[in-house]
Amino acid sequence: MVKQLLKGNVAFAEAAIRNGLEAYFGYPITPQSEALEHFSRRMIEEGRVFLQAESEVAAINMVYGAACAGARVMTSTSGPGLSLMAEGLSYIAGSEVPVVVVNMMRGGPGLGNIQPSQADYFFMTKTAGHGDFHPLVLAPSTVQELIDMVGLAFELAERYRTLVIVAGDGSIGQMMESAELPPMRPPRSEWPSWAVSGARDRPPNVLTSLYLGAENLEALNLRLQAKLQEIKRREARFREFETQDAEMLLVAYGTAGRICLSVLREARKKGLRVGLFRPQTLWPFPEARLAALAERVLGILVVEMSAGQMLEDVQRVVGARAPVGFHGRMGGVIPMVDEILEDLYALAHSVGCASAAHA
Amino acid sequence: MVESVTERTGEVPEDMELVYAFPRSMARVSTHYCPGCVHGIVHRLVGEVIDELGIRDRTIGVAPVGCAVLAYNYFDVDFVEAAHGRAPAMATGIKRVHPDSIVFTYQGDGDLAAIGTAEIIHAANRGELITTVFINNGIYGMTGGQMAPTTLPGMVTTSTPTGRDCRVAGHPVRMSEILAQTEGTAYITRQMALDVVSIRRTKRAIKRAFLTQMHGLGFSCVEVLSTCPTNWHMDPWAAMQWAKENMASYFPVQTFKMTEAVEALKV
Amino acid sequence: MGNGWVVVDVDRCKGCGLCTHVCPVGILTLSEDAFNARGYHPVVVTDPSQCTGCAACATICPDIVFTVYRRARRSRRSAARAVPASV
Repeated sequence: MVKQLLKGNVAFAEAAIRNGLEAYFGYPITPQSEALEHFSRRMIEEGRVFLQAESEVAAINMVYGAACAGARVMTSTSGPGLSLMAEGLSYIAGSEVPVVVVNMMRGGPGLGNIQPSQADYFFMTKTAGHGDFHPLVLAPSTVQELIDMVGLAFELAERYRTLVIVAGDGSIGQMMESAELPPMRPPRSEWPSWAVSGARDRPPNVLTSLYLGAENLEALNLRLQAKLQEIKRREARFREFETQDAEMLLVAYGTAGRICLSVLREARKKGLRVGLFRPQTLWPFPEARLAALAERVLGILVVEMSAGQMLEDVQRVVGARAPVGFHGRMGGVIPMVDEILEDLYALAHSVGCASAAHA
Repeated sequence: MVESVTERTGEVPEDMELVYAFPRSMARVSTHYCPGCVHGIVHRLVGEVIDELGIRDRTIGVAPVGCAVLAYNYFDVDFVEAAHGRAPAMATGIKRVHPDSIVFTYQGDGDLAAIGTAEIIHAANRGELITTVFINNGIYGMTGGQMAPTTLPGMVTTSTPTGRDCRVAGHPVRMSEILAQTEGTAYITRQMALDVVSIRRTKRAIKRAFLTQMHGLGFSCVEVLSTCPTNWHMDPWAAMQWAKENMASYFPVQTFKMTEAVEALKV
Repeated sequence: MGNGWVVVDVDRCKGCGLCTHVCPVGILTLSEDAFNARGYHPVVVTDPSQCTGCAACATICPDIVFTVYRRARRSRRSAARAVPASV
């Protein structure tokens, strides 16, 4: 396939279509409305279902309905919209239907602003709204990775009958980069047998998240927990850069991860032996590899566009193995290479890192 | 104890024909509804209509949150459980991906006229090819008898202990009148299920509504004035009389929208 | 002799009494002493020979208790002849 210059929001929308998306229901919200607009034209061109809903509440419930009906379906939004969708996400989790949601994070809390942030980490990874659950959360850092993760998201959602969130931010959604789209998949000939479609020649299917008896609901929850354990065992993903000889480790994801790649290169030029660990799944968090790296380094700097949310997972996983520092910007401010380098060197000196001596 | 299964009235006379039997589309279980609750009547009417139209194997129901939250146990058709008020949005998602199915929502007054107001108005306005059965009994039954958007002025409920004060809580909402204003609606009617004649008329209306969907004519909704004997603190028959005397004057039993094509349907 | 017949599924009945108010020949009543499996006083048909098969009971019943039979018009004259005039 050919590389094209693509805007992030358009790229993920087109990637979803080529991955066989059958229905899209969404609502305009900055910084991802271009996706809705792209879907509005292309889904109709491809003879698929598109509807701009009256709110995010309605959109997620339309998604929930179509997912119960067996369709490959998704929506996209930003933080304020995700908050509105929380009820729907919980129902989706509880009734075990596959759904993909793309969240292009922006400054918050509240109405916030439209600049990029990473402040929905807790919300996306710790819960799907109320109740015991964790969505599977994928975190791209380039437009190409965003395209690839959309395809992976559908695969995982359907394999586990679960909720998958692709966590981007306003920067990835808006930027234009050269990337390759996958080829167009042919439409599915068979839809899942558990879906509602009219009880022709079979007993009726009922999809619900209501289990009035406590033992029944516990049984559901045990099943959900077992599913989450399996996802934890099999689906954690990450990338690491120059960690083989690293004395210091940067940990960052998404846009912050991308910026840290530049930080790494600058620091290496000055002789600092630093590596970068970039989680690609925020849930399941790639704990095993991070713990192993933490054994070998003198200090870890977590960089996030938030007050420090992934930071808590890193602290938990690293424990006493190495000191963990933090560089964060909030409100939609994007951290720059220089300011991160400054904190990285400060941490390196404080832990007696030899290769920091020349900086 | 009376002999279970069949009352000892003797054998059915040989020359008599079956006139009414248990609807195929209803599940052979007992419902959790209170004795005399109109939900049981209207569920049965929907089941009879589905049977008569021969659509059981392509019908998908959407259950609400309210007393009818377990509606999916009482019908022998595919069903999903919606969040409170969201049934029309779920139904939209289902119908749009399965356009050959017959999709209906079954909702109470809290579900449809309080939390779900946006979803029902927009589904109606878009002319979604779904059918809504709207049970209006002026109270929140499942949660123990609180005020509903359709609770009458002065009515005592557990959250209006001195009677509904319209200066504080507003006036009851007339949803059929509101829905009929939207372009996408083809058949909006208010009925009552408060005696044999009105129940038969309600059934006809439900049938016309399902036919409206089957012929792709637009959004259809049948509002049914109903009772809540338990939370109104009345016996079932007295509750029906009270509803006839008090609800029908505020909520007129009338068809508010019927396009020519819907009127022409053979019901 | 009436032209109708009802069979009552006793254990489905919740003793709500709605049917007793609508039966045009007043042959439905809630049993006073007997209970069904659910603990309700179920409906009893006091005089089945009076049933007209109008199905008002089945129409108002929330619990699908009644199965209704009716003699078709063509059978009625012969049935009427079969009944002695003194009844």
